[in-house]
Amino acid sequence: MKKLFAQAYIWVLLVLLYAPIVFIAIFSFTEARTLGNWTGFSLELYKHIFTGGVSGGASLMAAIKNTLLIALVAATFSTLLGTVSAIGIYNLKGRKKKTIQFLNNIPMINPDVITGVSLFLLFVFLHFSQGYLTVILAHISFCTPYVVLSVMPKLGQMNPNIYEAALDLGATPSQALRKVLIPQLRPGMVSGFILAFTMSLDDFAVTFFTRGTIGLETLSTYIYADARKGGLTPELRPLMTLIFTIILVLLVIMNVRQARTKKTTR
Amino acid sequence: MKDNKNVIIDIEHLSKSFGDHQVLKDISLYIRKGEFVTLLGPSGCGKTTLLRMIAGFLQPDEGTIMMEWDSKGGKTEFRDVAGIPPHQRPLNTVFQRYALFPHLDVYDNIAFGLKLQGVPKDEIDTRVRKVLKLVSMSDYEDRDVESLSGGQQQRVAIARAIVNRPKVLLLDEPLAALDLKMRQDMQIELKEMHQKLGITFIYVTHDQSEALTLSDTVVVMNEGKIQQIGTPIDIYNEPVNSFVADFIGESNILNGTMVHDRKVNFIGHDFDCVDEGFGENNPVDVVIRPEDVYLGYELEGAQFSGTVKSCVFKGVHYEMYVDTDSGNELQIQDYDAFEPGRTVQMLIHPDDIQVMKKERVENVINCKVIDETHIEMFGEEFECSAIPGTVESGAPAKARIQFSKVDLMDHEEEGNASGEVWFILYKGNHYHLTVKTESGEYVYVDTNDIWDKGDLVGIKILPEDIIVETADEQEK
Repeated sequence: MKKLFAQAYIWVLLVLLYAPIVFIAIFSFTEARTLGNWTGFSLELYKHIFTGGVSGGASLMAAIKNTLLIALVAATFSTLLGTVSAIGIYNLKGRKKKTIQFLNNIPMINPDVITGVSLFLLFVFLHFSQGYLTVILAHISFCTPYVVLSVMPKLGQMNPNIYEAALDLGATPSQALRKVLIPQLRPGMVSGFILAFTMSLDDFAVTFFTRGTIGLETLSTYIYADARKGGLTPELRPLMTLIFTIILVLLVIMNVRQARTKKTTR
Repeated sequence: MKDNKNVIIDIEHLSKSFGDHQVLKDISLYIRKGEFVTLLGPSGCGKTTLLRMIAGFLQPDEGTIMMEWDSKGGKTEFRDVAGIPPHQRPLNTVFQRYALFPHLDVYDNIAFGLKLQGVPKDEIDTRVRKVLKLVSMSDYEDRDVESLSGGQQQRVAIARAIVNRPKVLLLDEPLAALDLKMRQDMQIELKEMHQKLGITFIYVTHDQSEALTLSDTVVVMNEGKIQQIGTPIDIYNEPVNSFVADFIGESNILNGTMVHDRKVNFIGHDFDCVDEGFGENNPVDVVIRPEDVYLGYELEGAQFSGTVKSCVFKGVHYEMYVDTDSGNELQIQDYDAFEPGRTVQMLIHPDDIQVMKKERVENVINCKVIDETHIEMFGEEFECSAIPGTVESGAPAKARIQFSKVDLMDHEEEGNASGEVWFILYKGNHYHLTVKTESGEYVYVDTNDIWDKGDLVGIKILPEDIIVETADEQEK
């Protein structure tokens, strides 16, 4: 009885978690304009996305392009910045190290709205004209702590003499970094990159406050504006389904790879 | 002695501190070409710090390190290496925990240094194969380093260092992580490798038997200072002080008095010895190795007698503790067993008696005068015997206290000051302890009580046992 109850609990929880996504996915296979009407199975909406025949048209495509571009640039820079910071923090000692690690955690706990508004105020104060650059800078600033957090444990696992061994064998500090340190930290950097990429991808609040008035739209701000205009554009349903599927596949690949590397090191 | 032509590294007056803690104090040392030198000492003695400074990972606060250096013109000169980063020094290091690169296989680990130097590919190939053969790891070149055992990783680490043909190979406790049998095998191999390669080895260890087995020269260190430099035989047979005698091998360290040249008194008897120049009726330390006391129920020429207290079989020999007629305890090793409880006669040859100058005969502690009968010492207030001469509050002075007059208390609060038992020496009929006070100073104590290293103790000294000398008193 108790076991049954526990099992039921898990299932209820999973259904609650995944029902919205499943709902969207199911209704992506029908043509109805209003969500919730089933007018028969059709792949028409998927076709629209790839042929460009979307009712929102070019602006949705531009939003997707912007989202990916911003995510890619922000994730790349925050991976570089985060890795270098992690190495620096790791080499600090005692109280200094603890303080900086604590400071690194604050932006992650800080509500997005506050981050967004404060960055907005900062850019205004500095007379930065807002647009691509400010959005990317903002994304880099909130993604970097996640990279630091995923690289730090790799540094902890590393033999502390490895860097010195490279120097000892004739490597300059930058060669030692490239040939020894980075390969050791690569798994942490990759997961940091993916984390930063997805954080940037689904950000709304920070983007909303830092994009300025040049009409820059990312996927999240586009959907927000679209929904306010009266009903979601139907093509967003297959689009969301596709994004979810891609993320799911990436996650599975990452997990399988991790399981494999664990096996080989044993 | 010091012949400049043969010296490869010359270290002079090297000092290093981390914060308030001075790890190396005025180290001077030179290393000859092709020598196997061991830096030996307990953990925290500064030996690894010294090695890291030679490698270039740490910079000295004071002093210089000179090194033989091949300049570009093909000339060999001798130069100060201050400020030269590790990757430019003609040395390679074998690290304590191997520090192999886990993302590279055995071959690429070893080829790492050669590739950086831009050595042609086929030369790299021949050189890597040659060192793999030297460390008997020929069939392992494609293996992942993390799949190797500790001993195999150690061999790869050595191969990775020597393939670069360094002038000097630094080894930082390379065998510490291996089990005993493996360690002994590797010791023999290291020794052979050293002879084959002709490279200078600087080896750091805390294991005295390893140091004696491997080295041409042993440098014994303690508390950041060099205690003695010599061949293993010199260090074993003629330790210069009680620390070295105690640290190297097993020994009986006893208080003695030099009667006159070639005659020393200890354990209540006069003995002939071969030592001279210690003056007359001066206190000295005497070292007797356990295997150098001859035992017999009836012994011709016996010098003293005693009662066997215990007898334990140790494989090749028996180890016995014997109480002498004068109440001292001696540790003795002999191939024959002697029954506990029986009276035995003993004899020590003059050659086997090692006389050492006492490092100190009483505590001399820097203090500050408070008033006529009070001083500040170890950061605390102590009552003392009346201070002679003019007493000026706050003036620096020296307090003299005999070793036996310092009382140690179980509880730190019971003493005027507190400290930690730092080092213990058994002197046959009492213990000579070094206690490190909270202020970081050392106080030496003779006691019959048994303490353990690391015990926290209260330090109590009776006022009449503290003799204070002010600066102007000393001038007279």
